[in-house]
Amino acid sequence: MAGFRQGIESAIPALRRYARALTRNAELADDLVQDTLVRALRSEHLFHGGDIRSWLYTILTNLNRNRLRALARRPALQAIDDNDAPEMAGPEAGARDIERALASLVEDQRTALLLVVLEGLTYREVAEVQGVPIGTVMSRLARARMQIKAYLDGDRPALRRIK
Amino acid sequence: MIDRNSPVTEDELHAYVDGEIAADRRGAVEAWLASHPEDAARVAHWRAQAEAIRAHYGMIASEPVPARFDLDKLARGARSWRAVAAAAVIAAFLIGGVVGWMAHAASAAAPSRFDTFTAQALDAYRVYVVEVRHPVEVTGGERPHLVQWLSKRLDYELRIPELEQSGLKLVGGRLLPGPFGPAAFCMYEGPSGERFTIYYARTDSPQTAMRYREADRFAAVYWVEHGLAYVVSGPADRERLLNVAQAAYDQIDKGASQGRP
Repeated sequence: MAGFRQGIESAIPALRRYARALTRNAELADDLVQDTLVRALRSEHLFHGGDIRSWLYTILTNLNRNRLRALARRPALQAIDDNDAPEMAGPEAGARDIERALASLVEDQRTALLLVVLEGLTYREVAEVQGVPIGTVMSRLARARMQIKAYLDGDRPALRRIK
Repeated sequence: MIDRNSPVTEDELHAYVDGEIAADRRGAVEAWLASHPEDAARVAHWRAQAEAIRAHYGMIASEPVPARFDLDKLARGARSWRAVAAAAVIAAFLIGGVVGWMAHAASAAAPSRFDTFTAQALDAYRVYVVEVRHPVEVTGGERPHLVQWLSKRLDYELRIPELEQSGLKLVGGRLLPGPFGPAAFCMYEGPSGERFTIYYARTDSPQTAMRYREADRFAAVYWVEHGLAYVVSGPADRERLLNVAQAAYDQIDKGASQGRP
């Protein structure tokens, strides 16, 4: 199935982008992408048409959820993910801010927001990726946006106090 | 139909930002924003957030794809994995240990659905199998009600097999909180009091072959079919458990093929 392979191949750049924004860690992100690709290739026989891209986003999203669940069982490791870079000034600080604002979100909200604004999926596609009704996607989106705004407006628990 | 001039909802504001607003409501939203500066400010903020996210991560998609993502290479790995898996499934019924090892190897990186569901099922098994007075919520005497209730809660037409051929009588079932939503749990009992359970949970994992896992004195056989994960648990007697699982599988499979012409 050449089309299947091609579909996967052409999705790799977008998957890397999505994974990076999800994990905010280049190495972890590429590991996730690789696991996603391996799993997709292994499941070629199970793919009966449909949108390959959405399917790949679904695999990656689930793998990431499993990863976070494993991390949650080892709380000592969790902090490394987000808060280890020093405070910066200038335009870098703005970039850093959006990264931290994303980090402050609940996983399902972060996923919904990134799939919509970064990956350009429709609400319907995101609902399929997350396996929830569209209404749930919309409320995740609304909460994500509210939280980011609150975060950027200066309501930053913990992070500020640590520095 | 919504009135063209009805108040604009929060959902519509998001849909407007994300280009999902219905064409016949776009004008209404724009008019609303013109007269509601607070909402206009929120919409502007959401747009700025989206811009910042795209500005920060967008260029990653333009980077050259690293060599590690060569699909041919990855596929060779994946194919050989599948070959090993297929061989192992056949061998599992003849030689002990292979599938357990396979499952372990396959799940070394992250806790897989296999790990999650079998752990859940075995936990439930340990808790409820020793229960004398209240092992189930709905007894096997009310089988139709049990099937209907659990199917409704899982939003999946469950099949609860009859295992009399394997010497097992249905004790009944209960609902459990699963890792990704409600799970169903049915218990069977043999003549000498040994108990087996079947755990059902919805999953988006692809179809799998049967996998066997032993933990302490108990063991579990796991498989996925048509979006449902099954875990048959019982005393750690490999041959007996595989027989029970096979009998359950055959009936569920047969029921499914009758249900889906």
